[in-house]
Amino acid sequence: MTTNSLPPDPNNLWRPNRGLNKRVEQAVIWLFGLFALISVATTFGIVLSLLFETVEFFKDVPLWNFLTDRQWTPLFSNPQFGILVLLSATFLTSLIALLVAVPLGLLSAIYLSEYASPKLRKWLKPALEILAGVPTVVYGYFALLLVTPFLQVFLPQLGGFNALSAGIVMGIAITPLIASLSEDAIYAVPGALRDGSYALGLTKRETIFGVVLPAALSGIVASVILAVSRAVGETMIVALAAGQNPRLGLNPFVPVMTMTAYIVQVSLGDTPAGSIAFKSIFAVGMTLFLLTLVFNIISFWFVRKFRETYE
Amino acid sequence: MTSQSVSPVATEAALRAKNVSVYYGSALAVRDVNLDIFKHEITAFIGPSGCGKSTLLRCFNRTNDLIPGARVEGKAMFHGTDLYAKDIDPVYVRRRIGMVFQKPNPFTKSIYENIAFAARINGYKGDMDELVENSLRRAALWDEVKDKLRQSGLSLSGGQQQRLCIARTIAIEPEVILMDEPCSALDPISTLQIEELMKELESRYTIVIVTHNMQQASRISDKTAFFNAEATESGNKVGYLVEYGDTEQIFNDPREQATQDYVSGRFG
Repeated sequence: MTTNSLPPDPNNLWRPNRGLNKRVEQAVIWLFGLFALISVATTFGIVLSLLFETVEFFKDVPLWNFLTDRQWTPLFSNPQFGILVLLSATFLTSLIALLVAVPLGLLSAIYLSEYASPKLRKWLKPALEILAGVPTVVYGYFALLLVTPFLQVFLPQLGGFNALSAGIVMGIAITPLIASLSEDAIYAVPGALRDGSYALGLTKRETIFGVVLPAALSGIVASVILAVSRAVGETMIVALAAGQNPRLGLNPFVPVMTMTAYIVQVSLGDTPAGSIAFKSIFAVGMTLFLLTLVFNIISFWFVRKFRETYE
Repeated sequence: MTSQSVSPVATEAALRAKNVSVYYGSALAVRDVNLDIFKHEITAFIGPSGCGKSTLLRCFNRTNDLIPGARVEGKAMFHGTDLYAKDIDPVYVRRRIGMVFQKPNPFTKSIYENIAFAARINGYKGDMDELVENSLRRAALWDEVKDKLRQSGLSLSGGQQQRLCIARTIAIEPEVILMDEPCSALDPISTLQIEELMKELESRYTIVIVTHNMQQASRISDKTAFFNAEATESGNKVGYLVEYGDTEQIFNDPREQATQDYVSGRFG
């Protein structure tokens, strides 16, 4: 099998250093493996530290109470930890954000991919993606100082901190994500499919909604689910604009406290390490982690199940 | 070498090209084509690559409109009506002059929906199940797919996909079916099936087929148009019609030397 067994040719000018090549190759493989391991190990480290503190927390607070209590009062002398309170706020702000971002993002994506001239598309898409690069703290102040006062003109009962403007602005913040990823999916639908539809006497609108969008469905849904994960995990906008009042319910006009906002509050405050309130942020963090994990799994599953393979 | 049109009086011309030239941007792709395509016949366009036969085909149902920068001069007529007149909506043109493409392009829908979809949008009021079955039968695909109508059209083999595309085209009952090298992506057995299918469809439809395969043209077509290309000073290739006539005449007794060379396999 080895080339060494062949008789050496004295006139050969080609003498590759196979031995060195093999050693270098091995070393490189190990090095790359190590780097890959670092990111995996970091993820495991985060999950483990979350897990340990969460276990500590549940030694003091029964899981059942955590899931069913209707109050979130970590600093009271008789503290109650009903995650539903924070969950309802996260659900509310995310829902408002999606109601804004899905139509806005999807219609932008359709326009960019199907109607905009190539020249316009070349400018518009990067411009849209810049919107995704704006720091969320800027969005937070935008919601608090601009959107809320503006909305108060029409809705006098709106609080200075509220889920509505935080949700709307969060929707604007995640629109580029949906628009950009959906546009990729729509643009990737082969032109042959469009031609086929036109050749059957269908109009452009009928072609887009009847043929192109269904073909791009898996990519579009994946982008929406990714946006849900972003909305659920979004911190600065809701911490700044939605308020800090743990309150169960789905009223968008009053201040609420999302899971992320609670973690910010405790992390920045002077809550002593080891106290029950301190441990509670890990339980909330774990909930958040599990929630986004579920969304990512759904997205992964959906894309695999519904991805259309063109020839 | 002049382009010429032969117009036997026996049958009615369904399609007519009158001095048709097509430009992509500023580049001329086909120049000055004159020919008549007759009802209930199969007309084949043959010729070397870049001779404009697909471009001309696409004129007849305004598929060229979908290519940015494409422009048609002269008149492409359908039963005497100029297809490029101002008040003609290309959507209606394509509704009556269907097209089957080089690569099978079934929709990402079930086999059933591939056929029912366009029929429904076009306002078909009859029994949809019946239409789907009849279309699949006429496309000689029914027996192979009748138990899996709910499966994706993409799950079929290439030849089956192409027959599905033909089925969805005939489901909306066009008058003309344009076929742009429909067998070039298929194996010989699928090719044979499509050819047999075309022979059967001939009684109901006018068919125009672009093909690189001369045996195919001689096997199935009634008339054959031979196109050739010449290079211009700027290096572009411009296609033109060399000779058009009955398939038998084109293959056995061509008037032009270029046709003779091409059909005998000396170039192309």
